[in-house]
Order: sequence, then C-alpha cells, then structure tokens
Amino acid sequence: MEQKLRIVVLAKQVPDTRQVGKDAMTAEGTVNRAALPAIFNPEDLNALELALSLKDRVAGSTVHLLTMGPQRAADIIREAMFRGADGGYLLSGREFAGSDTLATSYALSCALRKLDADLIVAGRQAIDGDTAQVGPQVAEKLGLPQVTYAEEVVEVKGDKLVIRRRIAEGVETVECPMPAVVTVNGSAPECRPRNAKRLMFFKSARCRSEIAADPESFAARRVAAKPELEIVEWTASEVDPDPTQLGLQGSPTKVKRIENVVFQAKEAKRLTSSDEEIDALVKELIAGHTIG
Amino acid sequence: MANFFSDNKDIQLQFDHPLMRRIVELRERGFAEKELYDYAPQDYDDALDSYRRVMELAGEVCGETVAANAESVDHEGPRVVNDRVEYAAGTKANLAAIHAAGLDGMTLPRRFDGLNFPLLTFIMANEMIARGDAGFQNIWGLQDCAETLNEFGSEEQKQKFLPWVSAGATCAMALTEPDAGSDLGAVMLKATWSEERGTWLLNGVKRFITNGDGEVSLVLARTEEGTTDARGLSMFVYDKRDGGVKVRRIENKLGIKGSPTCELVYTDAPASLVGDRRMGLIKYVMSLMNAARLGIGAQSVGTCEAAYREALKYAHERRQFGKAIIEFPAVSELLSVMKAKVTGARALLYETARFVEIYKMLTHISHERSLTPEERQEMKHYTRLADGFTPLVKLFSSEYANQLGYDAIQVLGGSGFMKDYPCERIYRDARIMSIYEGTSQLQVVAAINGVTKGTFLEQIEAYAAESYAEAMQPVVARLKAWTEQLREMVARVEAADKECAGFKDLHARRLVETVGYIIIGYLLAREATAHPEEYAVSARIWCRHAEGKVAEAYGLTMSSPVEDVALFRTIENEQAC
Repeated sequence: MEQKLRIVVLAKQVPDTRQVGKDAMTAEGTVNRAALPAIFNPEDLNALELALSLKDRVAGSTVHLLTMGPQRAADIIREAMFRGADGGYLLSGREFAGSDTLATSYALSCALRKLDADLIVAGRQAIDGDTAQVGPQVAEKLGLPQVTYAEEVVEVKGDKLVIRRRIAEGVETVECPMPAVVTVNGSAPECRPRNAKRLMFFKSARCRSEIAADPESFAARRVAAKPELEIVEWTASEVDPDPTQLGLQGSPTKVKRIENVVFQAKEAKRLTSSDEEIDALVKELIAGHTIG
Repeated sequence: MANFFSDNKDIQLQFDHPLMRRIVELRERGFAEKELYDYAPQDYDDALDSYRRVMELAGEVCGETVAANAESVDHEGPRVVNDRVEYAAGTKANLAAIHAAGLDGMTLPRRFDGLNFPLLTFIMANEMIARGDAGFQNIWGLQDCAETLNEFGSEEQKQKFLPWVSAGATCAMALTEPDAGSDLGAVMLKATWSEERGTWLLNGVKRFITNGDGEVSLVLARTEEGTTDARGLSMFVYDKRDGGVKVRRIENKLGIKGSPTCELVYTDAPASLVGDRRMGLIKYVMSLMNAARLGIGAQSVGTCEAAYREALKYAHERRQFGKAIIEFPAVSELLSVMKAKVTGARALLYETARFVEIYKMLTHISHERSLTPEERQEMKHYTRLADGFTPLVKLFSSEYANQLGYDAIQVLGGSGFMKDYPCERIYRDARIMSIYEGTSQLQVVAAINGVTKGTFLEQIEAYAAESYAEAMQPVVARLKAWTEQLREMVARVEAADKECAGFKDLHARRLVETVGYIIIGYLLAREATAHPEEYAVSARIWCRHAEGKVAEAYGLTMSSPVEDVALFRTIENEQAC
C-alpha cells in the first residue's frame, strides 16, 4: 500500500510574454507588468498536472500550491484549485519585493519548512526570467535530492519515485527517495482544464488580505461559512526568515543591460545527427568563413 | 488562446434577458440545494455568475481543443473495428477535454451528478462546440437523450443511466430504419418480451444512427405484433455493456465526417422499456425530436458563426485593387447580411430555449407537487410557444447555416474552394442541417398550423406591444406593416384552400417564413433597444433584407390563382428516364 503524499507545487504568476506588444518594456528596461496579462507560468502548469496525476494515483494524497507574489497572485492559486488542487499558500508582503532567484528560493524554502511536504514539484523555469534556478536552489536550501527536467512519474515505490526525465539526446529514468524536489519540463503532459463544479465552488476562495479589502462581499461570506475556501496568506514574519536574505536586500543579482536579440537568418535548416550531414555543415561553414 | 464565449458578446448578452430570473427560480426551486452541494448557487447572482464562468470554460475548451481538432477529425473520421465504432483521435481528445472540464450532464439534476444548469446553457455549449466542429456537436449534443430519460424514465432507469451520462457516457437515439425516415410510424425493429430472460429483446436493423455505438441508446421499436403504424411503437433504453448490437457500417458522408453515422444490427439485444407501451413515437419521440431540433438549431447557429467569422477575417485581410475587399459594397453588403442572419437566428434560438426551459421545468415541478392555476396557465402558454417556435428555429437556422457556408466561400473566392481554409468543411457540414431531425419542408408542416390558427400572430401582437427605442421605430413600423400583409396572406390561403385543397400546402413555406422574418425582426429590435451599440445595425439590416423577402412571399401568395395547385403537380407526369 502506497503512503499518502503531501505534494506542494511551486508556481509563479508571470506576465504573458507570449503576448508581447510594443509597450512590453518600460523606458527603464524592466518588464512593463501592467501592459501584459498575468498568467500561470506555463511550465508550472505542467508541474501541477504531474502533481494532480500523482494525487489521482495515490489515494488520500493532497496537492497545495505555494506562490510568492502580490495579492493578485492569489489568482493562480484559485486557478490551481479549479484544476484540482486542494488549497494554497500565498507568500506576500513588501519584504519580498525585488527578489532575485536566490532570495526567492530562500523565501520559498522558509515557507516549505512549515509545510512538511513529501514532494515539492515546480516548473522547470518561468517565462519572464528563464533562469531555471529556483527549483534547484530550493532543493539545495532544504537539503533534498532533486530531479530536473521531469516528464512523468513512472512509478511510486513506497517512499521512492521512479521518474522519467528529458535530457539532451533522449530520456532517462531515475529513482529518487522522498522527500524530494522535482522540476517539470514543458514536454510533460499538459495540465487538465478547469473543472466546472470546482470552478463554481472555489471561485469564492480568498486570502486574508482580499477578505480584509472587501469583508462584506459574497466571497468573504462564503469563506466564513466554508473554511476550506480560505487561501493561506503568510507575511514574511510568519515564515521565520533571516530578514537580510529577503527581497532586494537578499538579491545579489543586478541586471546591467537588456539586449534585444533579433534573428537574422531568413530560413532555417534542420539536420539529423548523422556524420554525413554534420560533415557537410562543417564544410559549408568553413566555406562561408563562419568558422575556421 | 481562442475562447468562443469571451469573444462573442451576443452570446454573453443572452444572460441579460428578463426571463432569466424566472428560469433560475424554476431551476433552483428557491435554492433548496444550496446547503446540500457545495457547487449549488446560493442566490440568483451566484447562479448567473456560475453560468457565465462555466460557459467561459466551455468556450475555452471549444476554442482551444474542439476547433483545433476539427480538421484532423474531418480528415481521419471514425472507423468500424470489430463491430464497434473507433472515433478519430481528435474526437477522443475532445471528449476527454469536455469530461475533464466537467461539462457533461449539464442540465441533469445534481442528485445524478449533473450541473442542474438551464437548457439555455446547454444550447449555448452546443452552439460553441458546433462553431469549433459541427460534427463533434452531434456526438456531444446527443446528451439531451438523458433529458428524455429524466422526464419519462423510471427512477431505476434514471439511477442507472443519468450519473453515467454525467460521467461522460455518450448517447444515441436509434429511430431511423431503411424504410422509416421521415415516416417513423413505419419502424419495424421488433421488441419481444422474453419470459426466460426477464427482459425485452430487440431484433432488426437501424440505419443512419448518429453515434450509433454510444453507451446509452434510446431505441424506437415495435412491441405490438401485427401493427404497422405509430400506435404499435414503444421506446426502449439500451445499455451498450449488455451487448447484442453490432455496427455493420459507418456511412461515408458529404459532411460532419467526424460523427459516426451507423447501421446497426440488433440480435436479441436486451433493453428496458421507457414509460408506457405504444407511446414510443406519439409521446416520447416527439419530445426527443423537439429537443433534437433545438439542438440542430444550436449546431446551425454555431456553424453560421464560424462561417461569418472566416469570411469577415478574410475580407479584412485580402487586398485587391489596392484595398481590402471588405471596402467593396458588394462584399460589405454580403457580410452585413451574414451578420444579421447569424444574430437573428441566434435571437430566435435563445428565445425558443427560454420558452422550452420554462414549460419543461414546470412539467418537472408538476411531478413533485400540483401546480397553482397561474403556473398551469404559464405552462400551457410556454408549451404552445415552444411547440410553435421550435420548427421555426430549425427552419431558419439550418437554412442560414447553408447560406452562410455558401457566402463564406464566395467571400474567400478561389481560396475558399481549397482545403486550405475551413470554409469548405463548414459548407459541407452545413448541408445536412436542413435535412436531419426533420427536413425544412417538414418544419414548415409543423409550423403552418401555428400560422393559420393564430399562435404566432398572438405572439407577434405581444411583441408589438412591448416598447422599443426611438431609433427602432422605423423598424417596428415595417414589422407592423408586414404583420398586416401576413394577415392578408393567411386569409387568402384559408379561403383558397377551401376552394382547392392543397393551396395552403403550396404556399405554406412563404407564410411560415414571413412569420419568421417578423418575429426575428422584433427580437432584434428588442435587443437593439437594450443594447443599441451591439444590435442596432443588425436590426436595421435585418429589416432591409427581410423587406425584399416578405414582398416576394406576399406577391407570390396573393397573385397565385388556385389553378397553381394543379400547375405545380403536372411534374408528377414527368419521368427521370
């Protein structure tokens, strides 16, 4: 008999960089968040699906979302609940503002210490930063084993997971003890859609600050009647951090400059990895003085 | 990122109708289930909010999944494998997505795991699905068979089948046979009671059965040996898991190719009787058929929407002679009329869905308690309207699906004729809509009594008595003038038919269509009064378009001598070879 799993999915609300228009960047070279719709980071949805499919397989398991962000990031927790998550935690407050990946993974690891998860699942990377650092950093900070680029949990073997992961030239299947951190690749199965019945119930899910902002609202009254609708909201002091490692103060990364990379090539060529084609390519590049 | 609800204001505004309050009241019976199910609405606003959110979810599934799979499904189609239907891969993916989104059993009561949503939302979901892929709407839309079971089935049958439908089981209605198409009274599939097995057994052949291999089938069969007409027919529910039915073939069709149209062979297939013997065609199929006609209305309107959007998009993009082709009057007129038709057909569709919803809900309530005299009156009123309006929706929307499919290809020109654009599929898919669930000609037969007996005129008077915006007064004035012409036409036809039987039938379509032009005109004028920015233009264009149509119908009917009846029958002496 498999044990129940307590799964926490790390997720981020990101500006939809797939909808970039001419006002996507501010004059200062930072992302103009107001001009882009805020969405659930796509690979975090793959991570949520991996978690939900484990919950389907291992009876009694739970899936909770953990995110750090402003109050409106509660939207992605609700979104996860519509799709099957049991609940969520929102880390919110100005102490977290300006976090780079190091400060983010630190703050998340503080929250995770309170959650006692068997499995922490995250998307490989976020589309606004593309660093792929937060998941692995969380694993390091918590001293947990990690499996990156995961596509599927092939098997749950007691307190071990057998996971298939995508690597450069194919796939590899690894075994990993729990608790562990798994980051999920975009090639993993797409997330299931929202579910109508869940949507009708969890649409009223709210976090503390949302309730405080509109205590007489329909949703606030529903949360009072149904405690499972409450999204747990933590400020910095509630996750016992070292304040110097939070936010801007805890972020050594400094963005110096952002450049626009424009692809010049008009047509693409696809090569197989056969010796003949590689040989032909090298000769072509030498002939064109690209290399050599 | 396509969402067929969010991108369609006209659909969204259907929830603004004043009758919605009555509909929710009847559906939710005073919100009696609000403590029993966590997804049941707490009040009216909560219910409406949930309807909108779930329709937005449905719109996403339709835009992202169903529409995306339409081309491959059309190409691949279903196959017969070991006497069973194997859906195209895209069809399976569509069903899986809809099931995961929890959209099955939309109108079924919560105690059968349904959403207990109004029929209006089911119609809306069907419309959006059809916009994505008309053929897939056939498969999913057949869930309305469950409504017939919910209305006429025993508690045991409901317990067995309805939660299954809510869990995604697909349905079929097995009515047609090789020698019984429009004339269902000729059905011969035999049902015999087996003492030994303690069940009814079905034997015979059904043909042209949409989704014939669905999990749950409603089957029309002959229980009364020796009879040859409708009075010997009864309705059965068949569970696919019980076996005894083989799919002999799937038809190779012009359109809706993803929808498996099956020939079925029944060999001692066990089935359970629904309701009373001998009432199969007379009562249950009529109910089923009315629901199915409304479903085809939804399918047709969705098809119209798809055709209109393809044409509009192309007309903006395509440049000839130095400008976008939409800037040429010949194209802009065509597109304007297309839009007026889709908006008008939709107005009629949802008006009818509201009528059907109210009388159906009152019928359900009448099984729980006795109705008050006012409620009985209300039920009678809306039953009459629903019976009259249903054939009208089917007639207009299915003809428009065909017309818009044709017009869309015309706007795209040579490109539209190619397989590179969805227009040609839309055009092929539309063709069946004015045929199945009763041809256009049969819709006229179903509606003509409502014209001559005054049901429609009574409702037209009710519409005329509503108040309309100042800007709509010229439209309303024309509608009133056409109503007078309609009265003249009715009087002429009634008198001439007495003189020469068949005269009414000869002109029936012109009369029914005139009624449709007037009613749709009022519905658009009403919508334009509430939301002028959205509807005023379409209401005025409708009025211009209908002006010519009504004039033609009036002119032909009034100038037709009784000798025309014989004149149009001389063709009977012609032979094809």
